[in-house]
Amino acid sequence: MSLNFIQIILVLIVSFLAGMEGILDEFEFHQPVIACTLIGLVTGQLVPCLILGGSLQMIALGWANIGAAVAPDAALASVASAIILVLGGQGKAGVNSAIALAVPLAVAGLLLTTLVRTLATAVVHIMDKAAEEGSFGKIDFWQIVAICMQGVRIAIPAGFILAVGSGPVKALLDAMPTWLVDGLGIGGGMVVAVGYAMVINMMATAEVWPFFAIGFVLATVSQITLIGLGAIGVGLALIYLNLSKMGGSGNGSSTNSGSGDPVGDIIDTY
Amino acid sequence: MADKITLTKKDRWAVCWRSTFLQGSWNYERMQNGGWTYALIPALKKLYTTKEDRVLALKRHMEFFNTHPYLASPVIGVTLALEEERANGAPIDDVTIQGVKVGMMGPLAGVGDPVFWFTVRPILGALGASLAMAGNIMGPIIFFVAWNIIRVAFMWYTQEFGYKAGSRIADDMSGSLLQDVTKGASILGMFILGSLVNRWVSVKFTPTVSDVKLADGAFIDWDKLPSGAKGIHEALTQQANGLSLENHKVTTLQANLDSLIPGLAALLLTLACMWLLKKKVSPIVIILGLFVVGILAHLANLM
Repeated sequence: MSLNFIQIILVLIVSFLAGMEGILDEFEFHQPVIACTLIGLVTGQLVPCLILGGSLQMIALGWANIGAAVAPDAALASVASAIILVLGGQGKAGVNSAIALAVPLAVAGLLLTTLVRTLATAVVHIMDKAAEEGSFGKIDFWQIVAICMQGVRIAIPAGFILAVGSGPVKALLDAMPTWLVDGLGIGGGMVVAVGYAMVINMMATAEVWPFFAIGFVLATVSQITLIGLGAIGVGLALIYLNLSKMGGSGNGSSTNSGSGDPVGDIIDTY
Repeated sequence: MADKITLTKKDRWAVCWRSTFLQGSWNYERMQNGGWTYALIPALKKLYTTKEDRVLALKRHMEFFNTHPYLASPVIGVTLALEEERANGAPIDDVTIQGVKVGMMGPLAGVGDPVFWFTVRPILGALGASLAMAGNIMGPIIFFVAWNIIRVAFMWYTQEFGYKAGSRIADDMSGSLLQDVTKGASILGMFILGSLVNRWVSVKFTPTVSDVKLADGAFIDWDKLPSGAKGIHEALTQQANGLSLENHKVTTLQANLDSLIPGLAALLLTLACMWLLKKKVSPIVIILGLFVVGILAHLANLM
């Protein structure tokens, strides 16, 4: 089935929103149940796309961006598979084959988002320059540019699929070499270290290095969750602060009572 | 004496709205830093009027930041309070502000991920999805409306909570509370960084170090087992007695490294990055280099 001009524009707008949300994770336009439904709404194939969205949502329930790790890309998976479903024109009968396409699409989307997140590094360097000039307007502008890059990340593939049809897309996904996908995944696991290295360089003093070591070792106990580690960290900080005060303030506290002996003070007041 | 500059509810709401776009310029170098600065701009604009102050404020907020996008709100609240006090002349330095940010972001991400991504979203998502699969348009509508009400309410109230708590911290200027917070925050920050390096930096090697044939009697001899359920029983008993399933003992490089301490490679990588950064190597070069290393190492079957 072919779409008219207005429908194509609307599909691209939905794709753009889904792409933005794929990084922002706020309004959740990129979640399959929303993204597929919106594509269905603007192309007049609401029910098949709604069902596709529901089915994909079930698959994607646990997909989440944790820390710096990037989840399979729900945005590209939902938008592209919904478009392919609509173009295929099979209605509800096409839902299953669209689902089968969604997972490789999610991996392809992962590559695109990795690329855009790397490009965004250049954007924040421009923002650094704007900060040097004290220019609020420029920072606002480049933040919006970065968000638009994420929108375009989905809008371009969507436009591409609309232009070439679903057949070539399938062939392209099959042709993507696994060594590239896996290798980028491995690289992505390592580049996180750069960010941590920058913060450590800023915070580290001889006084606080031991706490880094303790945190590192305790993290190897996989039963301790991040919340648990947070609690231990707070506990250690409080203990350290209190102990360092006890050492230093032995004279200071004597100004209160004159004796420096809390038990003695209590007895004296009786 | 000049009047105290305060952030009104309207200013705080502007910041809260902008924090919606926190992850917009998410990047591999400093992650949410651009979005963080973008979110704070309405407040910074009001608090600092001279160009020098504005430059300093923007630069200190362009530092690394990363947490769960919704749990950033309480951190933003505390930061607003600290910035407000600083603008009014309190001696709050960059290290304090950065320490508070880093100290809060790790544990809060640890709260946000399980609560939002692994509890609220799957529940609402499954509800919406089951309605949608039955062809009911209420599915996506319920998911969208419920999610966004929860999200906006959470972001606004935790930001306000952080703002009020932050003012109290900064108000107590007579005592050493602020110093304690600074030192405590950097202790917590370093502790959390240590654990994050271990948990989130992933370096895994695949090569096999040794492949030794085990002596007879050290592994389960599958050919000599009785057939059927009895054989399974015998095999499980033998395994429980410590016999190996295979007649070879394969030791991978990763297993050897893990027996020293898991995450050692991640630690060395982080230290190497720190060293390179101190040598003024551009972070972008390091990042691209790591991607190339990842692909090459994978092709060479090292990773």
